[in-house]
Amino acid sequence: MDQGPGQGQGQGIRIEGLWKRYGEGDAAVDALKGVDMTVAPGEVVGLIGPSGSGKTTLLKCLGAVIEPTRGRMILGGEVIYDAGWKIKDLRTLRRDRIGFVFQAPYLIPFLDVTDNVALLPMLAGHPNDQARERARELLQAMDVSHRAQAEPSTLSGGEQQRVAIARALANRPPVILADEPTAPLDSERALTVMRILHDMAHQYQTAIIVVTHDEKIIPTFKRIYRIRDGQTFEEAGEGREIA
Amino acid sequence: MISLAGRDILHSWSKFVLTGLGLGLLIGATLTMAGVYRGMVDDAEVLLQNSGADLWVVQKDTLGPYAEPSSLPDDLYRGILALPGVAQAANVTYLTMQVRKGDTDVRAMVVGFKPGQPGAPGFLTSGRQITRSHYEAVADQMTRFKVGDRIRIRRQDYTVVGITRRMVSSGGDPMVFIPLKDAQEAQFLKDNDAIVAGRARNAANPALNRPGVPGLLDAINASQTSNHSVNAVLVKVAEGQDPTTVAQTIRRWKHLQAYDRKEMEDILIAKLIATAAKQIGMFLAILAIVSAAIVAFIIYTLTLGKIREIAVLKLIGTQNRTIASMILQQALGLGVIGFLVGKVAATLWAPAFPKYVLLLPGDAVWGFIIMMAVCALASTVAIRAALNVDPATAIGG
Repeated sequence: MDQGPGQGQGQGIRIEGLWKRYGEGDAAVDALKGVDMTVAPGEVVGLIGPSGSGKTTLLKCLGAVIEPTRGRMILGGEVIYDAGWKIKDLRTLRRDRIGFVFQAPYLIPFLDVTDNVALLPMLAGHPNDQARERARELLQAMDVSHRAQAEPSTLSGGEQQRVAIARALANRPPVILADEPTAPLDSERALTVMRILHDMAHQYQTAIIVVTHDEKIIPTFKRIYRIRDGQTFEEAGEGREIA
Repeated sequence: MISLAGRDILHSWSKFVLTGLGLGLLIGATLTMAGVYRGMVDDAEVLLQNSGADLWVVQKDTLGPYAEPSSLPDDLYRGILALPGVAQAANVTYLTMQVRKGDTDVRAMVVGFKPGQPGAPGFLTSGRQITRSHYEAVADQMTRFKVGDRIRIRRQDYTVVGITRRMVSSGGDPMVFIPLKDAQEAQFLKDNDAIVAGRARNAANPALNRPGVPGLLDAINASQTSNHSVNAVLVKVAEGQDPTTVAQTIRRWKHLQAYDRKEMEDILIAKLIATAAKQIGMFLAILAIVSAAIVAFIIYTLTLGKIREIAVLKLIGTQNRTIASMILQQALGLGVIGFLVGKVAATLWAPAFPKYVLLLPGDAVWGFIIMMAVCALASTVAIRAALNVDPATAIGG
């Protein structure tokens, strides 16, 4: 199968001086104040910060869901924002070049596991059989291929999250944004999900940003961005190996 | 690309089928209402067809005999028979009344006719035509009478000798055919007490009971207990004659009203059924609005139940047209299920209706098209709600 729209754009993501202001005048609030961040292909970084620090705003800007106020974003080597969107069709951008993993898996309940993963390639115009073949490969890699025909509601929380990761990887995006992906999982499953994310980042040369509060997974990051009052501070992580 | 709507319907099939059943019963009621109207029109046409007449001659300035009362002397038909172009002319009477059978009674239109003449029941499903001059009857099958049944019309008992079908009045009452003389008697004959009271009243009237004119009172009493009126004269024109021309001749020379079949159809359908048609039209409009409201509500509710999934779909790059198409297809799917259920329901329950219900394929096709349009229109509310979903809600925060 075609390697997908995101393949070959393995230059990760870089943001420079990103600002986001909500409201105007006296009511204006700067949620992001010149955030800088770089995530290389194959790297998994943690984004950590207290509530209201700007994590979600940053994730939404990175996900092309809301428009920053100023700054620059480069995705897979291409400038996608520079004081304005440089790409017209943001949905296509999200579909082909950004993968999302949410706190809850949010799988489509009326599609089986394979079609949940195959949906993105199908939306991108790939033939159904090729999209399903791609989905089966990813499910195999996630070790959930035995549930390929199951309905999402019959899967355990860990299995659902692995399917959600497979979905995020389906179009081979250069970047995956994971919003608290281990929050609903116990320690063992949380670490399994993190191991998969690290493996996938390495295997597919995808840059992965994981927003988390989860203390048990923080030691797995080699690099962490702490966000406080709309500003990021880079620090080294433990980079602990996951068994 | 897979059909998201189809998958959702398969996944929640019980919800769709149950909703479709409810909607289907409503559509069934709508199709039946249309069938009731079609049945009324068809009844009117069959009534005229089966009467075997080309012209209906009635009292001047009336729309009789079905739409208005009409009274004519029963010897008038002889004069009409003598007019050029007239092949047959026969008296008929029509009277809607209760016909008793044992302890029960049936509302029916009693028709008085002369056997073998226009106005006779066209065909029989069982039994035979009336052959005796008195006290035999042919009944429409909707009366539920059977050959050999004894029925009572006013003061006389009749034997049902034949059963016919599709012979109903414009009001939907089944017809009971009896000999003309019996029908005249049934229509105008008073009961014994009323006759005695009438004779006493005449005897007390000095103008009618003159001492110097013996026999006057008896003559007056005799005239009041017999009847020589009919409601209409049915005319069959001779081969090759134009009914309209014959009708003009009757109107000109006999000073009567004569209607040809087209005019009688107009009276029955445009005048007699017009109010009922408007009534049914109102019902159809209301049922269409209720169906639209139900589909809109159901699809809107189903869509609201999928808001999170729709947000995720939008976030991961699904185009608006794909989401709108999914909701539209679901609404149309619901309409298809509802229509199929409605069509089957209407077909099953139509024969149980007391009045004839005619379900035309053309009406079903139009009903289907209108239902699809209603569903498409109803889905716009849900589509708007879905398109307004902010994909950012999938991320939370």
